[in-house]
Amino acid sequence: MKILIVEDEPQMLENMRLTLEREQYTVETAADFVAASTKIGVYEYDCILLDITLPDGNGLELLKQIKQQGKDDGVIIVSAKDSLDDRIKGLNLGADDYLPKPFHMAELHARVKAIVRRRTFDGNKLIEIGNVIIDPESRSVTIKNHEVLLNRKEYDVLLYMITNKTRLVTKTALAEHVWGDHIDQTDSFDFIYSQIKNLRKKLTDAMASIEIEAVYGIGYKLQVI
Amino acid sequence: MKLLNHTTKYFALLLIVLISIWAVIFYFAMLDEVYDSLDDGLENQKELIIKALNNEPDLLNDTEFGVNNYTIKSTTISAQTKFKDNYRDTLMYMQNENEFEPIRMLESTFQQDGKYYKIKLITSMVEEDDQIENLFKYLVGLYLVLILSIIVLNNLVMKKVWKPFYTIIDRLKDFHIEKDDPIKPEPTSIDEFNLLNQSVARLTEKSRDSYVAQKEFIENAAHELQTPLAIAINRLELLLEKDELSGLQSQDVGGVLDNLTRLTRLNKSLLLLSKIDNRQYLEEEYINMNTLVMNVANDFLDFTTHRDMRLKVIRNATVNYTMNADLAVIMITNLIKNAIIHGNTGKEVTITIDASSITIKNYGKKKALDSNSLFTRFKKASSDSRSTGLGLAISKAIADKYGLQLTYTFTDQHNFMIIFPVSR
Repeated sequence: MKILIVEDEPQMLENMRLTLEREQYTVETAADFVAASTKIGVYEYDCILLDITLPDGNGLELLKQIKQQGKDDGVIIVSAKDSLDDRIKGLNLGADDYLPKPFHMAELHARVKAIVRRRTFDGNKLIEIGNVIIDPESRSVTIKNHEVLLNRKEYDVLLYMITNKTRLVTKTALAEHVWGDHIDQTDSFDFIYSQIKNLRKKLTDAMASIEIEAVYGIGYKLQVI
Repeated sequence: MKLLNHTTKYFALLLIVLISIWAVIFYFAMLDEVYDSLDDGLENQKELIIKALNNEPDLLNDTEFGVNNYTIKSTTISAQTKFKDNYRDTLMYMQNENEFEPIRMLESTFQQDGKYYKIKLITSMVEEDDQIENLFKYLVGLYLVLILSIIVLNNLVMKKVWKPFYTIIDRLKDFHIEKDDPIKPEPTSIDEFNLLNQSVARLTEKSRDSYVAQKEFIENAAHELQTPLAIAINRLELLLEKDELSGLQSQDVGGVLDNLTRLTRLNKSLLLLSKIDNRQYLEEEYINMNTLVMNVANDFLDFTTHRDMRLKVIRNATVNYTMNADLAVIMITNLIKNAIIHGNTGKEVTITIDASSITIKNYGKKKALDSNSLFTRFKKASSDSRSTGLGLAISKAIADKYGLQLTYTFTDQHNFMIIFPVSR
C-alpha cells in the first residue's frame, strides 16, 4: 500500500507519516506543489492525502492534474479551511473524501482505510476480523454464522474500533466519529461508555474472538483474542 | 414628542404669558384713553353750559337729570377755590337697559351773579365687564390664530427645513452594522445638518470598519489555530499509542487531549458563526422540514434512549423552506440536542410541526430562562465545561440569516419555536 502525503507544515506531515507507517503503509511525502506534482507524475499511489493550501500552489490544481493523467489514485483532501466551497469543488473534481483539520489519528486511519478497502476489494466488501464478519453495505454483523443485532451507534463504534484495531482510540475521537461535529456535551462520554458496555455484552454473548478493552479511562482498544 | 411639536409647545406657553401681560397693559391703556376723552368732553360741556347761563339764566333751574345730562344746584360752599373739579365713576339707572349702568360724572362749582352753584355733568361709560369679556374673546381668537399659524408654519416650512435631519435619523434607526454599508451623507444647504451628516457618516464608517476588522480577526485567528491544534492533538495521540507511559501519565495526556478537543470545537463553532455572518453558505434549496426533523430526531434516538427520554414528533402540517441544507440541519440539530441535554430524564421531548412553525418542547428546570441573553454567544445555562455555549447562538444566527424567527417561551415546559414567514 503506497500513500503520498502532500503537506507543507513539517510537524503535521511528520505526525501523519508516523501514524500511517505504523499501519505498515509505504509512506512518501511532498512538502510543496512542485515536489508533489513530480511525484504524482511519476508514481502510482493507493491514496494521496492532499493539503489544499500549499506555499507555491493550490492543492486542487494537483487534483486536476491527477485526474487529467487518467490516474485513479484515491484522494483525500486535508484542509484547515473546512470551507464548503473547497469541499464541494474537491469532491466535484474527483476527490474521494474531505478531512478538515484538526482531526484525530483514528479518524485519519478510518478515512484512509475506507479508501484502500474500496480500491482493494472491489467485489468482496466484507470485513473479517477474528470470527467476526461485517458487511458494510447492509451494516450487518455476523459472528459464527449468527447475525448479531446492533443499534446504529453500536455498529458505528464497532466498525470504527475494527478500523483502528490494536490502536488506542480516545473517547473524544470515538465520540466525534459517532456524533459528527455536534458533540459538545457532557453526556457524550457517558453515552459512549454505555454503547461500549452494550456492545461488549453482545460480543461476549455471541462468543466473538474480539474484545474492546478500556485503556486508563482515556479510550478503548480493540484486541483480537 | 416630536421636535416640531416641542417647539410649538413652547411657543404656545410663551404666547399665553405674553398675550396675558399684553392684554392687561392694553386694557388699562385703552381705559385710560377712554377716561381722558370722556373727561375732556365733560369739561367742554361744562364750559359751554356756564357760557350759556349768561344768556339763559333759566338753565339754573335744571336741578334733575332728565333730558339733560347735567344738574345745577346752588351751593353754600363759599371756599370755591378749594373745590376742584372732581371726576368719578358711579352708577345710574338707564331707561333703555333697564338696569344700573356705569356713568362718568364731573362735579364742579361756579360763580354766577355772586352766587355759588354746583354743577354735575354725566356721560355714559364703557361697561367694564363687557369690555373685558370682549377683550378676552378677541385675544383668545388672536391666540388661536397665532398657534394655528405656527403649526402650519412648522409643518410646511420647518418640515422642509428639517428634512435632512429626519432623513438621517431614519437611516440611523434602520442601520444594522452587520448588514449595511456606512451611511453616505446627502448634501444639504444647512451647515449644521451637513456637519451632522458628515459626523454620522464618519462614525458609521468607523464602526463598520472595526466591526469588519474584528470579524476578520476572529476568523483568521480561528483559522490559524487549526493547524497548531491539529499538530498538538496528533502528537499527543501518537504519544499515547506508543504504550510507553504509565497509567497516570496517560490520564494526564488524555486530560490535555480533552481540552485541546474542546478548544477545537470552540474554534469550529466560531468559524461556523463567522461563516454564517459572512454569508458563505450560498447554495440554497427547497427543503422539506418534516423529513429533516425526522432524520435529525432519528439520529438522536439512541441518545434519548440512553437518557431514558422519549422523542415525540407531531406532524400537523408539512413545512417547506428555501435555505442552505447544511445550515438547516445544524439549526434543527442544535435545538433538538439542546432540548435533550437540558431535558429531564424520564420525560419526553416534543417536536411539533405546524403550518408555519416548528416547536421543540422539553421539561427541565421549573423556571424560565432569561430570554434576552439566551441566544447570545457564550451564554451557558450550566457550568458544564464541555458545552461551548454557542449552540443556540448558531441556531439563532442561522434563523436570522433566513428571515426565520427563533423564540423562547416558558410554560410548564421550555419551548423553542421557529416561526416561518407566511409568504416565501
